[in-house]
Amino acid sequence: MTALLSASGVHAGYGHVEAVRGVSLDVPAGGVVTVIGPNGAGKTTLLAALMGLLPATGHVTYDGADLADLDVEDRVAAGLCLVPEKRELFAEMSVADNLLLGAYAHRRDRAGIARGLDDVYARFPRLAERRAQRAGTLSGGERQMLALGRALMSRPRLLMLDEPSLGLAPLIVREIFHIIAGLCETGVAILLVEQNARAALQSATYGYVLEGGEIALHGPASDLLHDPRVSATYLGGDAH
Amino acid sequence: MTTELALLLAQDGVATGAIYVLVALGIVLLFLVTRIIFVPFGDLVAYASLSLAALQAGQLPGTIWLVAVLAVLAAVFEAAGLLRAGRLNRLPRALALWLVLPLLPAALALGLAGRDIGDAAQVLLTLALILPIGPLLYRIAFRPIADAPVLVLLIVSVVLHFAISGVALLCFGPDGARPRPLTNAVVDVAGMIFPGQALLILAASLIAGVALYVFFTRSLTGRALRATALNRVGARLVGIRPGVAGVVAFLAAGLLAGLSGILIGPVTTLFYDSGFVLGLKAFVGAIIGGLVSWPGAVLGALFVGQLESFTAFYNSAFKEVVVFAVLVPVLILRSLASPAEDDEEAEEL
Ligand SMILES: Nc1ncnc2c1ncn2[C@@H]1O[C@H](COP(=O)(O)OP(=O)(O)OP(=O)(O)O)[C@@H](O)[C@H]1O
Ligand SMILES: [Mg+2]
Repeated sequence: MTALLSASGVHAGYGHVEAVRGVSLDVPAGGVVTVIGPNGAGKTTLLAALMGLLPATGHVTYDGADLADLDVEDRVAAGLCLVPEKRELFAEMSVADNLLLGAYAHRRDRAGIARGLDDVYARFPRLAERRAQRAGTLSGGERQMLALGRALMSRPRLLMLDEPSLGLAPLIVREIFHIIAGLCETGVAILLVEQNARAALQSATYGYVLEGGEIALHGPASDLLHDPRVSATYLGGDAH
Repeated sequence: MTTELALLLAQDGVATGAIYVLVALGIVLLFLVTRIIFVPFGDLVAYASLSLAALQAGQLPGTIWLVAVLAVLAAVFEAAGLLRAGRLNRLPRALALWLVLPLLPAALALGLAGRDIGDAAQVLLTLALILPIGPLLYRIAFRPIADAPVLVLLIVSVVLHFAISGVALLCFGPDGARPRPLTNAVVDVAGMIFPGQALLILAASLIAGVALYVFFTRSLTGRALRATALNRVGARLVGIRPGVAGVVAFLAAGLLAGLSGILIGPVTTLFYDSGFVLGLKAFVGAIIGGLVSWPGAVLGALFVGQLESFTAFYNSAFKEVVVFAVLVPVLILRSLASPAEDDEEAEEL
Protein backbone atom coordinates (compact mmCIF):
# COMPACT_ATOMS: atom_id res chain seq x y z
CA MET A 1 0.00 0.00 0.00
CA THR A 2 1.25 3.52 -0.72
CA ALA A 3 1.67 5.80 2.25
CA LEU A 4 -0.94 8.54 2.77
CA LEU A 5 1.39 10.32 5.16
CA SER A 6 5.10 9.85 4.95
CA ALA A 7 7.52 11.64 7.28
CA SER A 8 11.28 11.43 7.12
CA GLY A 9 13.86 13.01 9.37
CA VAL A 10 11.41 15.24 11.23
CA HIS A 11 12.92 17.49 13.91
CA ALA A 12 10.71 19.65 16.12
CA GLY A 13 10.88 21.29 19.49
CA TYR A 14 10.38 24.35 21.63
CA GLY A 15 13.02 27.04 21.21
CA HIS A 16 16.33 25.39 21.92
CA VAL A 17 14.80 22.21 23.32
CA GLU A 18 14.55 19.58 20.59
CA ALA A 19 11.83 17.14 21.59
CA VAL A 20 11.58 15.17 18.32
CA ARG A 21 14.84 14.22 16.65
CA GLY A 22 14.88 12.74 13.20
CA VAL A 23 11.66 10.75 13.27
CA SER A 24 10.53 8.92 10.14
CA LEU A 25 7.22 7.14 9.86
CA ASP A 26 4.60 6.08 7.32
CA VAL A 27 0.84 5.86 7.59
CA PRO A 28 -0.80 3.88 4.76
CA ALA A 29 -4.17 5.00 3.41
CA GLY A 30 -6.91 3.45 5.51
CA GLY A 31 -4.44 1.91 7.95
CA VAL A 32 -4.09 2.26 11.71
CA VAL A 33 -0.59 3.10 12.92
CA THR A 34 0.31 3.64 16.55
CA VAL A 35 3.11 5.50 18.28
CA ILE A 36 3.81 4.42 21.84
CA GLY A 37 6.41 5.61 24.27
CA PRO A 38 7.04 6.84 27.81
CA ASN A 39 5.97 10.23 29.14
CA GLY A 40 7.96 13.04 27.61
CA ALA A 41 9.11 10.94 24.67
CA GLY A 42 7.88 13.59 22.24
CA LYS A 43 4.68 11.94 20.98
CA THR A 44 2.51 15.02 21.39
CA THR A 45 5.27 17.16 19.89
CA LEU A 46 5.46 14.85 16.88
CA LEU A 47 1.71 15.12 16.20
CA ALA A 48 1.79 18.92 16.66
CA ALA A 49 4.64 19.12 14.14
CA LEU A 50 2.81 16.92 11.62
CA MET A 51 -0.26 19.13 12.00
CA GLY A 52 1.76 22.31 11.47
CA LEU A 53 1.17 23.70 14.96
CA LEU A 54 4.91 23.71 15.63
CA PRO A 55 7.72 24.71 13.30
CA ALA A 56 9.51 21.59 12.14
CA THR A 57 12.26 20.58 9.76
CA GLY A 58 12.40 17.40 7.73
CA HIS A 59 10.35 16.14 4.87
CA VAL A 60 6.66 15.31 5.22
CA THR A 61 4.43 14.35 2.32
CA TYR A 62 0.70 13.85 2.51
CA ASP A 63 -1.13 12.27 -0.38
CA GLY A 64 2.02 12.70 -2.43
CA ALA A 65 2.31 16.46 -1.85
CA ASP A 66 4.86 18.29 0.27
CA LEU A 67 3.31 19.65 3.48
CA ALA A 68 5.93 22.35 4.08
CA ASP A 69 3.95 25.10 2.34
CA LEU A 70 0.63 24.29 4.02
CA ASP A 71 -0.32 25.86 7.33
CA VAL A 72 -2.61 24.22 9.88
CA GLU A 73 -5.79 25.49 8.25
CA ASP A 74 -4.74 24.26 4.81
CA ARG A 75 -3.94 20.84 6.24
CA VAL A 76 -7.39 20.65 7.83
CA ALA A 77 -8.94 21.48 4.48
CA ALA A 78 -6.83 18.72 2.92
CA GLY A 79 -8.28 16.14 5.31
CA LEU A 80 -5.60 16.04 7.98
CA CYS A 81 -7.14 16.25 11.43
CA LEU A 82 -5.72 16.23 14.95
CA VAL A 83 -7.60 15.43 18.15
CA PRO A 84 -5.11 17.01 20.56
CA GLU A 85 -4.18 15.78 24.02
CA LYS A 86 -5.86 18.85 25.54
CA ARG A 87 -8.97 18.43 23.32
CA GLU A 88 -9.17 22.23 22.72
CA LEU A 89 -12.98 22.35 22.67
CA PHE A 90 -14.99 25.57 22.69
CA ALA A 91 -16.03 25.33 26.33
CA GLU A 92 -18.48 28.24 26.27
CA MET A 93 -20.38 26.85 23.30
CA SER A 94 -22.96 24.09 23.10
CA VAL A 95 -22.15 20.56 22.00
CA ALA A 96 -24.03 21.16 18.75
CA ASP A 97 -22.09 24.36 18.00
CA ASN A 98 -18.79 22.59 18.65
CA LEU A 99 -19.76 19.90 16.16
CA LEU A 100 -20.93 22.43 13.57
CA LEU A 101 -17.65 24.28 13.82
CA GLY A 102 -15.88 21.01 13.16
CA ALA A 103 -17.35 21.23 9.66
CA TYR A 104 -16.06 24.77 9.14
CA ALA A 105 -13.73 23.64 6.35
CA HIS A 106 -16.82 22.53 4.37
CA ARG A 107 -19.07 25.36 5.47
CA ARG A 108 -20.69 25.82 2.06
CA ASP A 109 -21.96 22.25 1.89
CA ARG A 110 -24.99 22.62 4.16
CA ALA A 111 -26.59 19.32 3.26
CA GLY A 112 -23.31 17.54 3.87
CA ILE A 113 -22.98 19.18 7.28
CA ALA A 114 -26.47 18.06 8.28
CA ARG A 115 -25.65 14.51 7.19
CA GLY A 116 -22.36 14.59 9.08
CA LEU A 117 -24.15 15.77 12.20
CA ASP A 118 -26.65 12.89 11.99
CA ASP A 119 -23.75 10.51 11.52
CA VAL A 120 -21.93 11.76 14.61
CA TYR A 121 -25.09 11.63 16.70
CA ALA A 122 -25.69 8.07 15.55
CA ARG A 123 -22.15 7.11 16.48
CA PHE A 124 -22.27 8.95 19.84
CA PRO A 125 -25.86 8.85 21.14
CA ARG A 126 -24.58 10.48 24.34
CA LEU A 127 -23.74 13.64 22.39
CA ALA A 128 -27.19 13.73 20.84
CA GLU A 129 -28.73 13.71 24.33
CA ARG A 130 -26.51 16.60 25.37
CA ARG A 131 -26.51 18.67 22.19
CA ALA A 132 -27.66 21.86 23.93
CA GLN A 133 -25.30 21.49 26.91
CA ARG A 134 -22.21 23.68 27.18
CA ALA A 135 -19.10 21.73 26.20
CA GLY A 136 -17.29 22.96 29.31
CA THR A 137 -19.73 21.12 31.54
CA LEU A 138 -19.33 17.69 29.91
CA SER A 139 -17.68 14.78 31.72
CA GLY A 140 -14.21 13.66 30.64
CA GLY A 141 -15.53 10.79 28.53
CA GLU A 142 -18.19 12.92 26.92
CA ARG A 143 -15.59 15.57 26.19
CA GLN A 144 -13.45 12.98 24.44
CA MET A 145 -16.46 11.86 22.39
CA LEU A 146 -17.12 15.47 21.46
CA ALA A 147 -13.50 15.95 20.41
CA LEU A 148 -13.75 12.85 18.23
CA GLY A 149 -17.11 13.92 16.87
CA ARG A 150 -15.85 17.40 16.04
CA ALA A 151 -12.88 15.83 14.25
CA LEU A 152 -15.19 13.56 12.22
CA MET A 153 -17.25 16.58 11.14
CA SER A 154 -14.19 17.81 9.24
CA ARG A 155 -14.34 14.64 7.09
CA PRO A 156 -10.75 13.58 7.78
CA ARG A 157 -8.75 11.23 5.59
CA LEU A 158 -6.08 10.98 8.25
CA LEU A 159 -7.12 11.25 11.88
CA MET A 160 -4.36 11.81 14.43
CA LEU A 161 -5.47 10.91 17.93
CA ASP A 162 -3.39 11.99 20.92
CA GLU A 163 -4.15 9.67 23.86
CA PRO A 164 -7.87 9.25 23.23
CA SER A 165 -8.16 7.10 26.35
CA LEU A 166 -6.47 9.58 28.67
CA GLY A 167 -8.13 9.70 32.08
CA LEU A 168 -11.09 7.55 31.12
CA ALA A 169 -12.62 4.62 32.99
CA PRO A 170 -11.83 1.15 31.53
CA LEU A 171 -15.35 0.71 30.22
CA ILE A 172 -15.23 3.99 28.32
CA VAL A 173 -11.73 3.20 27.07
CA ARG A 174 -13.11 0.03 25.52
CA GLU A 175 -15.93 2.05 23.99
CA ILE A 176 -13.44 4.55 22.53
CA PHE A 177 -11.30 1.79 21.01
CA HIS A 178 -14.43 0.18 19.64
CA ILE A 179 -15.27 3.47 17.96
CA ILE A 180 -11.74 3.74 16.57
CA ALA A 181 -12.08 0.27 15.05
CA GLY A 182 -15.40 1.35 13.54
CA LEU A 183 -13.80 4.47 12.08
CA CYS A 184 -11.06 2.64 10.28
CA GLU A 185 -13.70 0.47 8.64
CA THR A 186 -14.99 3.63 6.96
CA GLY A 187 -11.60 4.06 5.30
CA VAL A 188 -10.13 6.78 7.53
CA ALA A 189 -6.42 6.35 8.20
CA ILE A 190 -5.53 6.71 11.87
CA LEU A 191 -2.31 7.70 13.60
CA LEU A 192 -2.83 6.76 17.22
CA VAL A 193 -0.68 7.94 20.13
CA GLU A 194 -1.36 6.03 23.31
CA GLN A 195 -0.14 5.26 26.82
CA ASN A 196 -2.37 2.22 26.78
CA ALA A 197 0.16 0.31 24.65
CA ARG A 198 -1.59 -3.05 24.63
CA ALA A 199 -4.91 -1.69 23.42
CA ALA A 200 -3.15 0.50 20.89
CA LEU A 201 -1.07 -2.34 19.46
CA GLN A 202 -4.12 -4.59 19.33
CA SER A 203 -6.08 -2.12 17.21
CA ALA A 204 -3.16 -1.07 14.98
CA THR A 205 -1.50 -2.79 12.06
CA TYR A 206 1.89 -1.16 12.52
CA GLY A 207 3.62 0.39 15.51
CA TYR A 208 6.47 2.72 16.40
CA VAL A 209 8.13 3.04 19.79
CA LEU A 210 9.32 6.57 20.48
CA GLU A 211 11.93 7.10 23.18
CA GLY A 212 13.74 10.34 23.92
CA GLY A 213 12.49 11.90 20.71
CA GLU A 214 13.77 9.08 18.48
CA ILE A 215 12.21 5.93 17.05
CA ALA A 216 13.68 3.13 19.13
CA LEU A 217 11.78 0.30 17.52
CA HIS A 218 9.16 -0.29 14.86
CA GLY A 219 7.41 -3.13 13.16
CA PRO A 220 4.04 -4.79 12.57
CA ALA A 221 1.88 -4.31 15.65
CA SER A 222 1.49 -8.04 16.25
CA ASP A 223 5.28 -8.46 16.32
CA LEU A 224 5.68 -5.58 18.76
CA LEU A 225 3.04 -7.09 21.02
CA HIS A 226 5.25 -10.14 21.41
CA ASP A 227 8.58 -8.35 21.40
CA PRO A 228 10.25 -8.84 24.80
CA ARG A 229 11.61 -5.28 24.89
CA VAL A 230 8.15 -3.84 24.35
CA SER A 231 6.36 -6.15 26.73
CA ALA A 232 8.91 -5.52 29.50
CA THR A 233 8.63 -1.74 29.32
CA TYR A 234 5.17 -1.00 28.00
CA LEU A 235 2.96 -3.98 28.56
CA GLY A 236 3.89 -4.66 32.19
CA GLY A 237 5.90 -7.78 31.25
CA ASP A 238 2.89 -10.08 30.97
CA ALA A 239 2.58 -10.40 27.24
CA HIS A 240 2.16 -14.12 27.32
CA MET B 1 -40.58 66.55 38.45
CA THR B 2 -43.56 66.64 36.14
CA THR B 3 -44.34 63.78 33.79
CA GLU B 4 -43.80 66.06 30.86
CA LEU B 5 -40.30 66.99 31.99
CA ALA B 6 -39.47 63.36 32.71
CA LEU B 7 -40.60 62.39 29.22
CA LEU B 8 -38.49 65.14 27.74
CA LEU B 9 -35.43 64.00 29.66
CA ALA B 10 -36.10 60.39 28.74
CA GLN B 11 -36.35 61.35 25.09
CA ASP B 12 -33.05 63.19 25.33
CA GLY B 13 -31.60 60.16 27.10
CA VAL B 14 -32.67 57.87 24.28
CA ALA B 15 -30.96 60.12 21.76
CA THR B 16 -27.75 60.14 23.81
CA GLY B 17 -28.02 56.42 24.58
CA ALA B 18 -28.43 55.57 20.91
CA ILE B 19 -25.02 57.14 20.29
CA TYR B 20 -23.47 54.94 22.93
CA VAL B 21 -25.22 51.86 21.53
CA LEU B 22 -23.29 52.03 18.25
CA VAL B 23 -19.99 52.43 20.06
CA ALA B 24 -20.80 49.75 22.66
CA LEU B 25 -21.68 47.29 19.87
CA GLY B 26 -18.28 47.88 18.28
CA ILE B 27 -16.51 47.34 21.58
CA VAL B 28 -18.40 44.11 22.28
CA LEU B 29 -17.77 42.88 18.73
CA LEU B 30 -14.01 43.31 19.06
CA PHE B 31 -13.90 41.78 22.53
CA LEU B 32 -15.96 38.76 21.45
CA VAL B 33 -13.70 37.94 18.53
CA THR B 34 -10.25 39.13 19.61
CA ARG B 35 -10.47 39.53 23.43
CA ILE B 36 -9.25 43.09 22.90
CA ILE B 37 -10.91 45.89 24.84
CA PHE B 38 -10.39 48.38 22.06
CA VAL B 39 -9.96 51.74 23.79
CA PRO B 40 -9.21 53.67 20.55
CA PHE B 41 -12.68 52.86 19.21
CA GLY B 42 -13.91 56.30 20.28
CA ASP B 43 -10.93 57.87 18.53
CA LEU B 44 -11.98 56.24 15.28
CA VAL B 45 -15.42 57.78 15.75
CA ALA B 46 -13.80 61.20 16.18
CA TYR B 47 -11.62 60.61 13.09
CA ALA B 48 -14.73 59.80 11.06
CA SER B 49 -16.60 62.88 12.17
CA LEU B 50 -13.64 65.20 11.67
CA SER B 51 -12.87 63.66 8.28
CA LEU B 52 -16.40 64.21 7.05
CA ALA B 53 -16.34 67.78 8.30
CA ALA B 54 -13.04 68.36 6.50
CA LEU B 55 -14.37 66.89 3.25
CA GLN B 56 -17.48 69.06 3.49
CA ALA B 57 -15.30 72.11 4.07
CA GLY B 58 -13.35 71.26 0.93
CA GLN B 59 -10.21 70.31 2.87
CA LEU B 60 -8.05 67.24 2.73
CA PRO B 61 -8.89 65.06 5.78
CA GLY B 62 -5.79 64.42 7.92
CA THR B 63 -6.87 60.79 8.27
CA ILE B 64 -4.96 59.96 5.11
CA TRP B 65 -1.65 60.58 6.91
CA LEU B 66 -2.56 58.19 9.71
CA VAL B 67 -3.58 55.55 7.17
CA ALA B 68 -0.37 56.08 5.20
CA VAL B 69 1.88 55.68 8.25
CA LEU B 70 -0.01 52.60 9.44
CA ALA B 71 -0.01 50.98 6.00
CA VAL B 72 3.75 51.42 5.66
CA LEU B 73 4.31 49.98 9.14
CA ALA B 74 2.05 47.02 8.41
CA ALA B 75 3.81 46.36 5.12
CA VAL B 76 7.20 46.40 6.88
CA PHE B 77 5.88 43.94 9.49
CA GLU B 78 4.54 41.64 6.80
CA ALA B 79 7.75 41.76 4.80
CA ALA B 80 9.88 41.07 7.89
CA GLY B 81 7.65 38.14 8.86
CA LEU B 82 7.78 36.63 5.37
CA LEU B 83 11.55 37.13 5.22
CA ARG B 84 12.02 35.30 8.52
CA ALA B 85 9.79 32.44 7.38
CA GLY B 86 11.59 32.28 4.04
CA ARG B 87 8.34 32.86 2.12
CA LEU B 88 9.26 35.88 0.06
CA ASN B 89 7.20 34.47 -2.81
CA ARG B 90 4.13 35.70 -0.90
CA LEU B 91 5.43 39.26 -0.68
CA PRO B 92 3.49 40.72 -3.65
CA ARG B 93 0.19 39.49 -2.24
CA ALA B 94 1.05 40.80 1.24
CA LEU B 95 1.99 44.21 -0.14
CA ALA B 96 -1.19 44.38 -2.20
CA LEU B 97 -3.30 43.57 0.86
CA TRP B 98 -1.51 45.62 3.50
CA LEU B 99 -0.05 48.54 1.55
CA VAL B 100 -1.93 49.16 -1.69
CA LEU B 101 -5.47 48.28 -0.64
CA PRO B 102 -5.53 50.44 2.54
CA LEU B 103 -4.01 53.35 0.63
CA LEU B 104 -6.62 53.31 -2.17
CA PRO B 105 -9.21 55.45 -0.32
CA ALA B 106 -6.47 57.81 0.83
CA ALA B 107 -5.25 58.17 -2.75
CA LEU B 108 -8.82 58.79 -3.87
CA ALA B 109 -9.24 61.51 -1.23
CA LEU B 110 -5.99 63.08 -2.37
CA GLY B 111 -7.10 62.99 -6.00
CA LEU B 112 -10.52 64.46 -5.26
CA ALA B 113 -9.24 67.11 -2.85
CA GLY B 114 -11.03 70.42 -3.14
CA ARG B 115 -13.59 69.12 -5.62
CA ASP B 116 -17.26 69.03 -4.74
CA ILE B 117 -18.30 65.41 -4.99
CA GLY B 118 -21.71 65.63 -3.36
CA ASP B 119 -22.96 64.61 0.08
CA ALA B 120 -23.37 60.89 -0.51
CA ALA B 121 -19.91 60.49 -2.03
CA GLN B 122 -18.39 62.40 0.90
CA VAL B 123 -20.03 60.03 3.36
CA LEU B 124 -18.85 56.98 1.43
CA LEU B 125 -15.33 58.36 1.13
CA THR B 126 -15.25 58.99 4.89
CA LEU B 127 -16.27 55.38 5.56
CA ALA B 128 -13.63 54.12 3.16
CA LEU B 129 -10.97 56.23 4.85
CA ILE B 130 -11.82 54.94 8.34
CA LEU B 131 -12.21 51.29 7.33
CA PRO B 132 -8.51 50.36 6.97
CA ILE B 133 -7.41 51.90 10.31
CA GLY B 134 -8.76 49.11 12.53
CA PRO B 135 -7.29 46.16 10.56
CA LEU B 136 -3.95 47.98 10.24
CA LEU B 137 -3.77 48.65 13.98
CA TYR B 138 -4.66 45.01 14.58
CA ARG B 139 -1.97 43.79 12.23
CA ILE B 140 0.71 46.02 13.73
CA ALA B 141 -0.05 45.96 17.41
CA PHE B 142 -2.25 43.00 18.27
CA ARG B 143 -1.62 40.09 15.91
CA PRO B 144 1.97 39.58 17.10
CA ILE B 145 0.67 39.20 20.68
CA ALA B 146 -2.67 37.56 19.97
CA ASP B 147 -2.13 34.90 22.66
CA ALA B 148 -1.38 37.43 25.40
CA PRO B 149 -3.71 37.78 28.39
CA VAL B 150 -6.62 40.23 28.17
CA LEU B 151 -4.81 42.65 30.47
CA VAL B 152 -1.77 42.92 28.18
CA LEU B 153 -4.04 43.49 25.19
CA LEU B 154 -5.84 46.21 27.16
CA ILE B 155 -2.59 47.98 28.01
CA VAL B 156 -1.51 47.96 24.36
CA SER B 157 -4.95 49.26 23.51
CA VAL B 158 -4.56 52.20 25.92
CA VAL B 159 -1.14 53.02 24.48
CA LEU B 160 -2.62 52.98 20.97
CA HIS B 161 -5.34 55.35 22.07
CA PHE B 162 -2.79 57.93 23.22
CA ALA B 163 -0.79 57.50 20.03
CA ILE B 164 -3.66 57.91 17.60
CA SER B 165 -5.40 60.70 19.48
CA GLY B 166 -2.03 62.49 19.46
CA VAL B 167 -1.86 62.01 15.71
CA ALA B 168 -5.43 63.34 15.52
CA LEU B 169 -4.24 66.60 17.09
CA LEU B 170 -1.59 66.85 14.35
CA CYS B 171 -4.06 65.95 11.60
CA PHE B 172 -7.05 68.04 12.61
CA GLY B 173 -5.77 70.66 15.04
CA PRO B 174 -7.30 71.47 18.43
CA ASP B 175 -10.60 72.81 17.09
CA GLY B 176 -13.71 70.72 16.87
CA ALA B 177 -15.75 70.51 13.70
CA ARG B 178 -19.33 69.65 13.05
CA PRO B 179 -20.28 67.92 9.79
CA ARG B 180 -23.66 68.72 8.30
CA PRO B 181 -26.50 66.41 9.39
CA LEU B 182 -27.64 63.80 6.89
CA THR B 183 -31.18 65.00 7.32
CA ASN B 184 -32.79 68.15 8.70
CA ALA B 185 -36.22 66.60 8.91
CA VAL B 186 -38.14 66.81 12.17
CA VAL B 187 -40.55 64.07 13.15
CA ASP B 188 -43.51 64.57 15.45
CA VAL B 189 -44.34 61.43 17.45
CA ALA B 190 -47.40 61.82 19.67
CA GLY B 191 -46.61 65.43 20.48
CA MET B 192 -42.90 64.85 21.04
CA ILE B 193 -40.54 66.41 18.55
CA PHE B 194 -37.67 64.18 17.34
CA PRO B 195 -34.94 65.54 15.10
CA GLY B 196 -34.50 63.29 12.08
CA GLN B 197 -30.80 62.81 12.74
CA ALA B 198 -31.52 61.41 16.24
CA LEU B 199 -33.99 58.95 14.73
CA LEU B 200 -31.36 57.94 12.18
CA ILE B 201 -28.92 57.21 15.00
CA LEU B 202 -31.53 55.21 16.88
CA ALA B 203 -32.47 53.24 13.78
CA ALA B 204 -28.83 52.55 12.91
CA SER B 205 -28.14 51.37 16.48
CA LEU B 206 -31.07 49.01 16.55
CA ILE B 207 -30.39 47.62 13.08
CA ALA B 208 -26.72 47.08 13.93
CA GLY B 209 -27.64 45.41 17.22
CA VAL B 210 -30.11 43.02 15.63
CA ALA B 211 -27.83 42.26 12.69
CA LEU B 212 -24.87 41.45 14.93
CA TYR B 213 -27.01 39.34 17.24
CA VAL B 214 -28.41 37.30 14.36
CA PHE B 215 -25.03 36.95 12.68
CA PHE B 216 -23.22 35.76 15.79
CA THR B 217 -25.88 33.40 17.12
CA ARG B 218 -27.30 31.99 13.89
CA SER B 219 -24.58 31.77 11.26
CA LEU B 220 -21.66 29.37 11.18
CA THR B 221 -19.29 32.20 10.24
CA GLY B 222 -20.41 34.15 13.29
CA ARG B 223 -19.79 31.18 15.54
CA ALA B 224 -16.41 30.69 13.91
CA LEU B 225 -15.43 34.30 14.68
CA ARG B 226 -16.47 33.79 18.30
CA ALA B 227 -14.60 30.48 18.46
CA THR B 228 -11.26 32.15 17.78
CA ALA B 229 -11.58 34.12 21.02
CA LEU B 230 -12.66 31.07 23.04
CA ASN B 231 -9.86 28.78 21.89
CA ARG B 232 -7.36 29.81 19.26
CA VAL B 233 -5.75 26.39 18.88
CA GLY B 234 -9.13 24.69 18.74
CA ALA B 235 -10.23 27.15 16.06
CA ARG B 236 -7.14 26.51 13.95
CA LEU B 237 -7.67 22.76 14.27
CA VAL B 238 -11.07 23.04 12.61
CA GLY B 239 -9.67 25.29 9.88
CA ILE B 240 -10.58 28.77 11.14
CA ARG B 241 -7.83 31.36 10.70
CA PRO B 242 -7.71 33.55 13.81
CA GLY B 243 -5.76 36.24 11.95
CA VAL B 244 -8.45 36.52 9.28
CA ALA B 245 -11.15 36.49 11.96
CA GLY B 246 -9.42 39.43 13.65
CA VAL B 247 -9.24 41.40 10.42
CA VAL B 248 -12.92 40.73 9.70
CA ALA B 249 -13.88 41.86 13.19
CA PHE B 250 -11.83 45.03 12.86
CA LEU B 251 -13.34 45.77 9.45
CA ALA B 252 -16.85 45.42 10.85
CA ALA B 253 -15.92 47.50 13.88
CA GLY B 254 -14.36 50.12 11.60
CA LEU B 255 -17.61 50.31 9.68
CA LEU B 256 -19.51 50.83 12.95
CA ALA B 257 -17.03 53.51 14.05
CA GLY B 258 -17.29 55.28 10.70
CA LEU B 259 -21.09 55.19 10.82
CA SER B 260 -21.09 56.47 14.40
CA GLY B 261 -18.85 59.38 13.53
CA ILE B 262 -20.92 60.36 10.51
CA LEU B 263 -24.17 60.14 12.50
CA ILE B 264 -22.99 61.54 15.83
CA GLY B 265 -20.78 64.37 14.61
CA PRO B 266 -23.65 66.63 13.56
CA VAL B 267 -25.35 66.16 16.96
CA THR B 268 -22.43 66.68 19.33
CA THR B 269 -19.28 68.47 18.16
CA LEU B 270 -16.35 66.07 18.38
CA PHE B 271 -12.80 67.23 19.01
CA TYR B 272 -9.59 65.32 18.33
CA ASP B 273 -9.72 63.96 21.88
CA SER B 274 -13.47 63.48 22.32
CA GLY B 275 -13.27 59.81 21.47
CA PHE B 276 -11.93 58.66 24.80
CA VAL B 277 -14.83 59.74 27.01
CA LEU B 278 -17.32 58.66 24.36
CA GLY B 279 -15.70 55.21 24.24
CA LEU B 280 -15.47 54.99 28.01
CA LYS B 281 -19.17 55.72 28.51
CA ALA B 282 -20.11 53.19 25.84
CA PHE B 283 -17.77 50.74 27.53
CA VAL B 284 -19.60 51.29 30.83
CA GLY B 285 -22.81 50.48 28.97
CA ALA B 286 -21.26 47.35 27.48
CA ILE B 287 -19.98 46.23 30.91
CA ILE B 288 -23.39 46.81 32.46
CA GLY B 289 -24.70 44.49 29.76
CA GLY B 290 -22.05 41.89 30.50
CA LEU B 291 -19.54 42.68 27.73
CA VAL B 292 -20.31 39.51 25.78
CA SER B 293 -24.02 40.05 25.16
CA TRP B 294 -25.59 41.98 22.28
CA PRO B 295 -28.94 42.80 23.90
CA GLY B 296 -26.97 43.56 27.07
CA ALA B 297 -24.81 46.09 25.27
CA VAL B 298 -27.82 47.81 23.69
CA LEU B 299 -29.73 48.03 26.97
CA GLY B 300 -26.63 49.00 28.95
CA ALA B 301 -25.79 51.83 26.56
CA LEU B 302 -29.39 53.09 26.56
CA PHE B 303 -29.29 53.00 30.37
CA VAL B 304 -26.14 55.12 30.39
CA GLY B 305 -27.92 57.62 28.12
CA GLN B 306 -30.83 57.88 30.55
CA LEU B 307 -28.52 58.20 33.52
CA GLU B 308 -26.62 61.00 31.86
CA SER B 309 -29.72 62.85 30.76
CA PHE B 310 -31.32 62.82 34.22
CA THR B 311 -28.16 63.70 36.18
CA ALA B 312 -27.41 66.48 33.72
CA PHE B 313 -30.78 67.96 34.59
CA TYR B 314 -30.11 68.00 38.33
CA ASN B 315 -26.46 68.92 38.19
CA SER B 316 -24.64 68.90 34.90
CA ALA B 317 -21.24 68.98 36.62
CA PHE B 318 -21.91 65.49 37.96
CA LYS B 319 -23.15 63.77 34.82
CA GLU B 320 -19.84 62.05 34.07
CA VAL B 321 -19.13 61.19 37.71
CA VAL B 322 -22.46 59.44 38.08
CA VAL B 323 -22.04 57.40 34.90
CA PHE B 324 -18.66 56.09 35.96
CA ALA B 325 -19.59 55.70 39.64
CA VAL B 326 -22.59 53.55 38.76
CA LEU B 327 -20.19 50.96 37.39
CA VAL B 328 -19.14 49.90 40.88
CA PRO B 329 -22.56 48.87 42.24
CA VAL B 330 -23.40 47.31 38.87
CA LEU B 331 -20.28 45.14 38.95
CA ILE B 332 -20.98 44.12 42.55
CA LEU B 333 -24.54 43.17 41.64
CA ARG B 334 -23.36 41.19 38.63
CA SER B 335 -20.76 39.27 40.60
CA LEU B 336 -23.35 38.47 43.26
CA ALA B 337 -25.74 37.23 40.62
CA SER B 338 -23.32 34.75 39.03
CA PRO B 339 -20.00 34.40 40.84
CA ALA B 340 -19.01 31.03 39.40
CA GLU B 341 -19.72 32.08 35.84
CA ASP B 342 -17.50 35.15 36.08
CA ASP B 343 -14.56 33.23 37.50
CA GLU B 344 -14.69 30.66 34.75
CA GLU B 345 -14.89 33.28 32.06
CA ALA B 346 -11.94 35.23 33.45
CA GLU B 347 -9.91 32.07 33.32
CA GLU B 348 -10.75 31.23 29.75
CA LEU B 349 -10.66 34.59 28.09
N1 LIG C 1 5.68 24.09 25.39
C1 LIG C 1 6.82 23.43 25.70
N2 LIG C 1 7.95 24.13 25.97
C2 LIG C 1 9.12 23.49 26.27
N3 LIG C 1 9.23 22.17 26.33
C3 LIG C 1 8.16 21.41 26.09
C4 LIG C 1 6.89 22.01 25.75
N4 LIG C 1 6.00 21.03 25.57
C5 LIG C 1 6.67 19.86 25.77
N5 LIG C 1 7.96 20.09 26.07
C6 LIG C 1 8.99 19.09 26.34
O1 LIG C 1 9.14 18.29 25.18
C7 LIG C 1 9.31 16.94 25.54
C8 LIG C 1 8.31 16.07 24.80
O2 LIG C 1 7.00 16.42 25.25
P1 LIG C 1 5.69 15.74 24.67
O3 LIG C 1 4.52 16.46 25.24
O4 LIG C 1 5.81 15.68 23.20
O5 LIG C 1 5.79 14.28 25.27
P2 LIG C 1 4.73 13.09 25.17
O6 LIG C 1 5.45 11.95 24.58
O7 LIG C 1 3.51 13.53 24.52
O8 LIG C 1 4.48 12.80 26.71
P3 LIG C 1 3.12 12.30 27.44
O9 LIG C 1 3.05 10.85 27.24
O10 LIG C 1 3.39 12.64 28.87
O11 LIG C 1 2.01 13.06 26.86
C9 LIG C 1 9.18 16.87 27.04
O12 LIG C 1 10.49 16.77 27.60
C10 LIG C 1 8.54 18.16 27.43
O13 LIG C 1 9.00 18.59 28.67
MG1 LIG D 1 1.57 13.73 25.07
